[in-house]
Amino acid sequence: MPAVSKGDGMRGLAVFISDIRNCKSKEAEVKRINKELANIRSKFKGDKALDGYSKKKYVCKLLFIFLLGHDIDFGHMEAVNLLSSNKYTEKQIGYLFISVLVNSNSDLIRLINNAIKNDLASRNPTFMNLALHCIANVGSREMAEAFASEIPRILVAGDTMDSVKQSAALCLLRLNRTSPDLVPMGEWTARVVHLLNDQHLGVVTAATSLITTLAQKSPDDFKTSVSLAVTRLSRIVTSASIDLQDYTYYFVAAPWLSVKLLRLLQCYPPPEDTSLRSRLTECLETILNKAQEPPKSKKVQHSNARNAVLFEAISLIIHHDSEPTLLVRACNQLGQFLQHRETNLRYLALESMCTLASSEFSHEAVKTHIETVINALKTERDVSVRQRAVDLLYAMCDRSNARQIVAEMLSYLETADYSIREEIVLKVAILAEKYAVDYTWYVDTILNLIRIAGDYVSEEVWYRVIQIVINRDDVQGYAAKTVFEALQAPACHENLVKVGGYILGEFGNLIAGDPRSSPLVQFNLLHSKFHLCSVPTRALLLSAYIKFINLFPEVKATIQDVLRSDSQLRNADVELQQRAVEYLRLSCIASADTLATVLEEMPAFPERESSILAKLKKKKGPGKLPENVNGSAEEPAASSKPDTACWWTSSPTSRLLLLLLLLLLLLRWRTTCPGEPSSLRPPPFAPRRSDVLLRLLRFICKNNGVLYENQLLQIGLKSEYRQNLGRIYVFYGNKTTSQFLGFSTAVSSSDLNVHAKAVEPVIEGGAQLQQILNIECVTEFCDVPVLHIQFRPPSNVLTPDSVCQSRYGGTLQNIEVKLPVMLNKFFQPTEMTSQDFFQRWKQLGA
Amino acid sequence: MMRFLLLFSRQGRLRLQKWFTPMTEREKKKIIRDMTTLVLARQPRSCNFIQWKDLKIIYKRYASLYFCLGVENQENELLALEVIHRYVELLDKYFGNVCELDIIFNFEKAYFILDEFLMGGEIQETSKQMVNRSIEASDMLQETLEEYMSKPAF
Repeated sequence: MPAVSKGDGMRGLAVFISDIRNCKSKEAEVKRINKELANIRSKFKGDKALDGYSKKKYVCKLLFIFLLGHDIDFGHMEAVNLLSSNKYTEKQIGYLFISVLVNSNSDLIRLINNAIKNDLASRNPTFMNLALHCIANVGSREMAEAFASEIPRILVAGDTMDSVKQSAALCLLRLNRTSPDLVPMGEWTARVVHLLNDQHLGVVTAATSLITTLAQKSPDDFKTSVSLAVTRLSRIVTSASIDLQDYTYYFVAAPWLSVKLLRLLQCYPPPEDTSLRSRLTECLETILNKAQEPPKSKKVQHSNARNAVLFEAISLIIHHDSEPTLLVRACNQLGQFLQHRETNLRYLALESMCTLASSEFSHEAVKTHIETVINALKTERDVSVRQRAVDLLYAMCDRSNARQIVAEMLSYLETADYSIREEIVLKVAILAEKYAVDYTWYVDTILNLIRIAGDYVSEEVWYRVIQIVINRDDVQGYAAKTVFEALQAPACHENLVKVGGYILGEFGNLIAGDPRSSPLVQFNLLHSKFHLCSVPTRALLLSAYIKFINLFPEVKATIQDVLRSDSQLRNADVELQQRAVEYLRLSCIASADTLATVLEEMPAFPERESSILAKLKKKKGPGKLPENVNGSAEEPAASSKPDTACWWTSSPTSRLLLLLLLLLLLLRWRTTCPGEPSSLRPPPFAPRRSDVLLRLLRFICKNNGVLYENQLLQIGLKSEYRQNLGRIYVFYGNKTTSQFLGFSTAVSSSDLNVHAKAVEPVIEGGAQLQQILNIECVTEFCDVPVLHIQFRPPSNVLTPDSVCQSRYGGTLQNIEVKLPVMLNKFFQPTEMTSQDFFQRWKQLGA
Repeated sequence: MMRFLLLFSRQGRLRLQKWFTPMTEREKKKIIRDMTTLVLARQPRSCNFIQWKDLKIIYKRYASLYFCLGVENQENELLALEVIHRYVELLDKYFGNVCELDIIFNFEKAYFILDEFLMGGEIQETSKQMVNRSIEASDMLQETLEEYMSKPAF
């Protein structure tokens, strides 16, 4: 017989639950549930209309099945039907069902809203409460639309019962949270604030919750609530424990209400009115005093409630940040809690102190507890308490204790929980950078970080250390030396190889003088790690190698051999292959100066917001990060954007690569550009087809110029056109020193009429021959005319054929050149008005 | 504001779930999984608060049931503990020496009691007497034990 205490237990339901519990296996359970579902389905579909009790029972069973974790896809209609029943229990179950299984079917929503409306208008407080509860539980937009105007009215109406007022206030709060635009607060504001004066403390509690949320959105509207809240609070705090009767919780007066009032006051700055302010201060002092008194009860509930009020009061004191005495007292109180027996209190004390540490009045006071906190870090068994201790150390860090704190955090890191390591790494990196007086310490710290928790050192951290090393000349040598020594450890983390590779690549020359770290030793050290690294690291190392070639010519050959090996040049990864090929080529063809320019030392990075801070904020989520401020203007920027694709701010390696690529492209361009031939190189014997085509195309827009050139002959053109006639003066230049014999030309054209005047058959050495061509255009044409030239060069000139025959001799030359006579040469401009033009233009499209 | 309240046994079986913000079924299931793993893994003498994503989790074990409350960051943790305690007190008063079985078989009552004193993620009524009175009042509207015994058993 299941435990039934009173009232309405549904017997069938109890039996069903017993059956489920007695199922020996998951399969049996599912079987029983399916059987029941089939039963219920048939009952719902059946001819006989179910009575209220049965409906209620089946709906409840469905709810139970759903809460076990199975999906329910029917029953909503029946649940909605229950809402219109007059029996309280049936209504209750109906409301429970639809609050838990929210359905977005619009018909159902309409019916539900209807039922709720009826209940709200029923004037029966129990029904009204049920309806308000349902709205608060579901809080959908449709409900907000239907009821948002109704509820404030219920809230402030004089004849509403207290319990209904409470429900209405919280229901309004819920609607405001989900659909703030639909809740019209304007006209009700004053009346809502007035609720703070209500006699019924439950109403006041609910109203305070409502006002707190509304005040966060529009503080000015609710300013009047401050004085009321202070008055109320002081009345509660100074009351004797019997005054508040049932609102006293284990000898603490109305703890929930006190906390809510204190939270409301945290939405506003300290009150300007002096009497109000002094009253508030008095209040807070009373709370602090009470905490010192011996407890009235041994029960933990008493101390919890008392301390809850105390902690909230301390939050308010911190928020106001205006009364030094209060702040110091708060700090001392928290200091006492740091060594309390109860873990909860130690946890909360550490948490509160974090916020306290950022206030300038109490920062020094907080620092006095540093030994306790460090002790907590070492001895606490609870990992969440240790985490709070780390947060507090981070918050209280300033120049005076930075070294100590960073050292403690590093030693904690060695044994820390894996889930929190990344956060600690980020914090240590930020602290080390912020408070570094001597950057050698900073470099040591980061390298230690990598050694201890290399996996959790994110990219931002090691980018930062490289940026700093590059920007500061004084630490470069030290960095190179330290990194070199660190790399000699037998198993070093890949991040260390990355940092080491980069730094040695840039500054290896600073330690190359020492025979223990000579260039070859450095290279071998880096290369010994090469095969253990992932692709991005290897890419970085390849860049370091080319930098070595620049810095240390003596190892050039060794490195080139490495680059030349098949494992690089034929590497499966495209990036590595490309780098190997390009670096190898660069090292071969670039002169020392070029190489030095390409691989010049990295310029200093511009001073920017640290991306590590942005990453830490992202990790912690909104609102949780205790700002590491030591009272002065070292506030980290509220919104520092994380690094995006700007090339200047991206990683050092990719910048170098881009620089390299640009230069390589430049070099490649110079060797293949078909521009004006330089005087150092003779033009090719037969010009390339691309050159010839290029020249021809140039003539589209010009009429004069050199059409063709080779070792023997240069052909220049001068042309003029009028209407459909054109005349070209062709100049043949003999570039050799002896005559051309048998010189003859012919022009072939498909559509043009070209008339060529006859030419002399002989061209003297170094002389020019002119030929006139007359052209007539009779129809549109596509092909340009071709000029055929024949001549015999002098015998003392090598021609391609004669080279093979090893015989000098004037073999006949046949050259074909396209003449640049194109259709546009015969174009003539015409004038017309814009209307005509557009008319014609449109006709073209059609 | 409170986001959710979960009750589960030491074996991780969920006995009650109350959600104060709308969430998809998938999200709910994920949270339930995360909470049970998180809370059941805690050492006996640790503190009752856990920081989880951007929420605070306050939990307490009463006999064989874990009560797990997820609240927003500005909430007062100690008071949240007392909310849990208050709920247990109310259940105790209603069922008389409440145990896990009571909550299993009368789950709908557990929800009703919860609804009497929490609403929309905030505590509604802090007076124990008031809550008890209203629960008793709604019980008055229900059947008597004789009526119960005469009902069908399926």
